[in-house]
This record gives sequence, C-alpha cells and structure tokens, in this order.
Amino acid sequence: MTRIAANTPCRVRLILNGKERVGQAESRMLLSDFIRHELGATGTHLGCEHGVCGACTVRVDGVASRACLMLAVQAEGRRIDTVEGLCDGDALGDLQAAFKRHHALQCGFCTAGILNSCAEFLDKTPEPSELDVRDMLSGHLCRCTGYTGIVAAVLEVAAQRRGAPPETSHV
Amino acid sequence: MKPAAFDYARPESRGEVLKLLADTGSDARVLAGGQSLMAVLNMRLAEPALVIDIGGVADLGYIEIRDDRLCIGANTRQAELLAWPELAEHAPLLARVMPWVGHFQTRNRGTVCGSITHADPSAELPLSLAVLGGEVVLERRHWRRGRRVVPAAEFFQGLLTTAREPDELLTEVRFPLARADHDYRFTEVAMRHGDFALVALAAVIGPDEIVLGAGGVADRPVVRRIPRDRDFDTELNIFAWSLGAESDAHASAAYRRQLVRELGHKLLTQATP
Ligand code: FES
Ligand code: FES
Repeated sequence: MTRIAANTPCRVRLILNGKERVGQAESRMLLSDFIRHELGATGTHLGCEHGVCGACTVRVDGVASRACLMLAVQAEGRRIDTVEGLCDGDALGDLQAAFKRHHALQCGFCTAGILNSCAEFLDKTPEPSELDVRDMLSGHLCRCTGYTGIVAAVLEVAAQRRGAPPETSHV
Repeated sequence: MKPAAFDYARPESRGEVLKLLADTGSDARVLAGGQSLMAVLNMRLAEPALVIDIGGVADLGYIEIRDDRLCIGANTRQAELLAWPELAEHAPLLARVMPWVGHFQTRNRGTVCGSITHADPSAELPLSLAVLGGEVVLERRHWRRGRRVVPAAEFFQGLLTTAREPDELLTEVRFPLARADHDYRFTEVAMRHGDFALVALAAVIGPDEIVLGAGGVADRPVVRRIPRDRDFDTELNIFAWSLGAESDAHASAAYRRQLVRELGHKLLTQATP
C-alpha cells in the first residue's frame, strides 16, 4: 500500500506527451498544478478548479479527464497528454489548424481543454453528427466564440481524416 | 481553490480499505473517480485527515448480473456502464439516464457508486436507484456484522447525507433488472445539458401502477406510486406541492413545481417510444 503523509513532497513520475517526466508533489497537489508548476507545461489552463468549465481537460491514458479533479499522485506511471502534444513537430496539428481556419478561438483560454476532448472524441467517433459534437462540447465553457466555429472545425477534421477532400473557400 | 493538506493512502485490497476506515472513521474520505469528492476538497467543503484512494483495488470494478439484479462495483466508471453493450436490454432506464450524467469528460473518471454515495439531490443516478427500488451494499471491518444491504429508500437521508456509517465502504450498487411488461422513462431540465438538474423525473410504468421519482427539488430523490386509473394531472399537482420546493439562484420554487407538472405530464402521457 502506498502511503504519503500530508505536507511531505514525494516523487511523481509520469509520461507527459510521450516523454518521461519527474517532479515533486505533496499529496494534496492537483494534477493541473503539477503539470503547470512542476513540469512547466503551461498550455493547460485553469478556470474553475471544480470540474465545471473544462479548461483544464487533459488526456489520462488517452481518456479526456479534468486535471483539476485529479491528484498528481494519482497520475504516477500514467500517460498524460496535453495541448502541447497535439502539434505536428513545429507545425499545428490538423485539429489546431482547423480551429485557426474556423475562428474556433478568440482569447484561447478554453481552447487547450476543448482540443483534448476533441482528440479523444474523434478517435472514438470518426463519423460524428453535429449533435454528437455539441454534446461532447457541453462539457466545456467558451465565453468568446459561441461554439459555432468549434463545431465546424471538428466536423471538418472528422471529414478530412475519413479522406474527404478539404473545403477550400475559407476567407 | 486547492484542497487542504491530507494524508493519502492507496490500498491494494478491500481488506486494507476497510482497516483504514475502521482506524480513521469520519476523518477519512474515500476517493474513487473523484468527480464529486475532488470538487468538494477543492472548495474545502471537507477537510479530511486521510484520503483513501480505492483506484488500486482490482476486485471492485465489475458489471454483473446476479439474481435479477444488475450489480455494479465501486470502481466501475460511468463511461463503462454507458458503453456496456447489454445496458439497454437489462436496464433501459439507465440507458436513458446515463447520457445525462455529467459530461463525457467527467463520466470517463466518475464512478456509478461514487455518484450514489455522494447523494447530491439533483444527481440522476441516485434518482434512478430510488425509482427502481435498488439497494446498496455497505461493508465494514467486523468479525460478524461486516456487511449490510440497504434499500435506496433508507439509504438516501438528505442533502449529501446517507445511511453509510463513517467506517463503511459502499462496495456495490444493485439495480433491479427490467421487466418486460414495464416501461422506463426519464427526462430533465438543467441549465446546460450535463449539469445538475433543476428538475429530473424518472418513471417506471407498470400494468397497474406508475412509480414516479423526482430529483433536484427536495433534499433527496422522492418517489410516489400512482395507480394507473387516477387522473395524472391531479396526481402530478399533488406530487409537485409535496416536494417542498425552494427558490434559489437558478430557479424559483414555483418554476420547479411547474416543471414537475409539465415534464410529468409529457413523461406519463407520451406514447411508448
Ligand atoms: S479548471 Fe478544471 S474544469 Fe474548470
Ligand atoms: S476562446 Fe475565449 S473562452 Fe473560448
């Protein structure tokens, strides 16, 4: 049985975006704070810190989860994927590029979380309807975009990944 | 919002969990999927001395059918239940309810038993358990009286309050299997799909009687039995007033009562889907 006393930093080792990383965490440290402050991956944002807004969503072993509702010590040995892992080398990944094309972000505060949900969602649902996309997005709050651009971007990426020809006429 | 400091334990067996609970009692909190407890800790609504993470206990994750009950272990996630291929056949009410439980991002980690033991009065899973007349299994470390089965009607005792004693672990929840001559319906109104319900209604429609349950209005799920030959609108009005609705920032008491009447009317009179 693992036991960690309060106020005692211990070592946490996890795989962040494919690389093994190690940091110190007390038992009460949230995974979101561990990723940001200990590992310096500040792409993950924090809005509400109680599971409502979705800004902090990361993938834990491939599954979209709130990083603010998980302890860093629970992530020991797990694979954590964040927005930093979505790009394609130095270029934007297909999902990110579609978000840019469709103006699916303005301030971008919510975007990292949404991208992580979309990443898992598209893996599991290669042919989503607009309703499916909106249902998936209901776990996120975006105060800027009105969601329309986000829905369009996700549907376009789904179509592209299925091999449909890209639409050309984005202004 | 960060949790206050606590000791953390990750036991590997049920016996270890029960020993920790026996030693620590009300100073301990059990962490499974964390989708209720972590929010409570972050907001410091609870400051336990010990958090017991049961995620490493292998034999607590299962979905099984035993003696006309659908039995779900404490580590089974909501997403696993929703994806279970036999759900619509054996538990059509749950098949309707599960898409309303949180969002897919929270169902990915949140557990079925966790939502039930958290006992939020507007949560859908406690309502489903109450309407179906299910039960929970509570275990403690005791040489003789280590295990008891508590019906939903006795388990839910008020706002975030259940019959679970501080040294007990909710190990399993049991939903009665669907009966062929019964129809199962669910609907709710929330500020945003996946948020806690302003009013949630679940109904089991039998040949002679309807069992109607409401969540989100009283301090716990409330169930009423309505014979089928009664006038539904009169019954719904009595039910709406009996719930003791209160006004809050999200909705007035009158609006909640009206939702019970309107949603109830649709739920009970719509054709079988
Ligand atoms: S910061 Fe985690 S859900 Fe809002
Ligand atoms: S882009 Fe500003 S909150 Fe979504």
